[in-house]
Amino acid sequence: MNALDFSIIAQSWPYLWSGLLFSLSLTAAAFAIGMVLGTCLALVQHFELPGLAQVVRAYVALIRSIPLILVLFWFFFLVPIVLGHLSGSGRPIPISATYTAFITFGLFEAAYYSEIIRVGLRAVNKGQFEACQALALSTYYTYRQIVLPQVFRVASPIILSQTIILFQDTSLVYVLSLTDLLGAASKLAQLNGRLVEMYLFVAVVYLVISSAGSQCVASLRKRYSLASR
Amino acid sequence: MFGVLFEQTADGQRYIDWLLSGLGWTLALAFFGWWIAFGIGVVVGVGRTVKNRLFSTLARLYVEIFRNIPVLVQMFLWYFVFPEVVPSAIGNAIKEMPPPWASFFPALLCLGLYTASRIAEQVRAGIEALPRGQVEAANALGLGGYPTYRYIVVPQALRLILPSLTSEVMGIYKNTSVALTIGLMELTAQARQISEATFQTFSAFGAATIAYLCLALIAYRGMTLIDRAVRIPGTTPAKLAVDPELADVQQAGALPGAMEAVK
Repeated sequence: MNALDFSIIAQSWPYLWSGLLFSLSLTAAAFAIGMVLGTCLALVQHFELPGLAQVVRAYVALIRSIPLILVLFWFFFLVPIVLGHLSGSGRPIPISATYTAFITFGLFEAAYYSEIIRVGLRAVNKGQFEACQALALSTYYTYRQIVLPQVFRVASPIILSQTIILFQDTSLVYVLSLTDLLGAASKLAQLNGRLVEMYLFVAVVYLVISSAGSQCVASLRKRYSLASR
Repeated sequence: MFGVLFEQTADGQRYIDWLLSGLGWTLALAFFGWWIAFGIGVVVGVGRTVKNRLFSTLARLYVEIFRNIPVLVQMFLWYFVFPEVVPSAIGNAIKEMPPPWASFFPALLCLGLYTASRIAEQVRAGIEALPRGQVEAANALGLGGYPTYRYIVVPQALRLILPSLTSEVMGIYKNTSVALTIGLMELTAQARQISEATFQTFSAFGAATIAYLCLALIAYRGMTLIDRAVRIPGTTPAKLAVDPELADVQQAGALPGAMEAVK
């Protein structure tokens, strides 16, 4: 075994940094898309909209039972075809792997967030709904102002820990040969042969960021459990 | 639509044989990985709840490290980095393993240790959810630390957390697909290979998706049956999932309690 030489990290830092930025922006985008879409999916199931609720339930069950890598492959293959159909030309429109990753992660995470929010909706006290009815609030107002804020607060630790998992899962864009943090490190490692230093460094970066997130989850949970007693 | 699966491949097999061999690797990885994960997970989970500072710190470190590094990165650490940092005699022996095993064993180790950290958190949550009277009664009867855990605490905790372990079972078979990045030809890898060989992407991925769905269904049904058989009378999965004391069980993500709470 050769001596470890971490100076290679400092030399390649700008490239690694751009990879990390990509990982973070993918996480942020997937979080935003996933939360908005996930809330809609959860509400569709909550209201038992006829027909639509079954479709949504099937989508959530399907997405949650197959591996993310397979979902990435599916979307990589399907998104250009669907876009082609939507645009009316009928021919597949090639789009970059980056956009595919954004779309896939958004839609994939929506299934997971929707499940969290759906359970959160069931956890809201019935009295809240009854009070809203007694005050003659509209359904929209009830959910927008009364119910959903409570759901988000109750579920915030779970949502955050799902987001940490999401951040870790973004490393899987490696299979699309994108340059996220891990992708950048592995490309550099193939060039300069310093596999050990590169992968150890990447592991430490993920560890530090995710641990910081876990600490936030713990303090959120403590705050919430104090407030509820 | 799936007719292509029964066509001959270049090596004289049929494409479905590729898929089945991929399914075999996926199952082998998930099955053996599960038992590694379960064994270590219970030990570490217990370690997180004992009074001994050394043990609980070590257990906490284990969980923090293995849970906070992505599976894919851990896969690379075991496959690329581990043989380099151990003494070169062992490292060379690892590198000289014949092809499927050279990726299978690192993948097995990686998935086992990663899933163990998640199971450990579930076990800890289960132990903390037990009424304190259980331990006190055991102490009053003169049981020492080990028998208390072995006969009183752990069996009850495991029965409590069984519903949320379902999600870990589903998690480990889904994570087996990450092994394709280190060259193991499991189900997803075989599906991709078929799609590249035949350009019948839809059939290839469709077949793999159906296989994964069947696995999910089997895992779900199996765990429901086991849960029904061993559930502590008077507790229900729904109650388990909503109980704020068990927030950690839910915390493992959308996966656990959430799904069970519905049924």
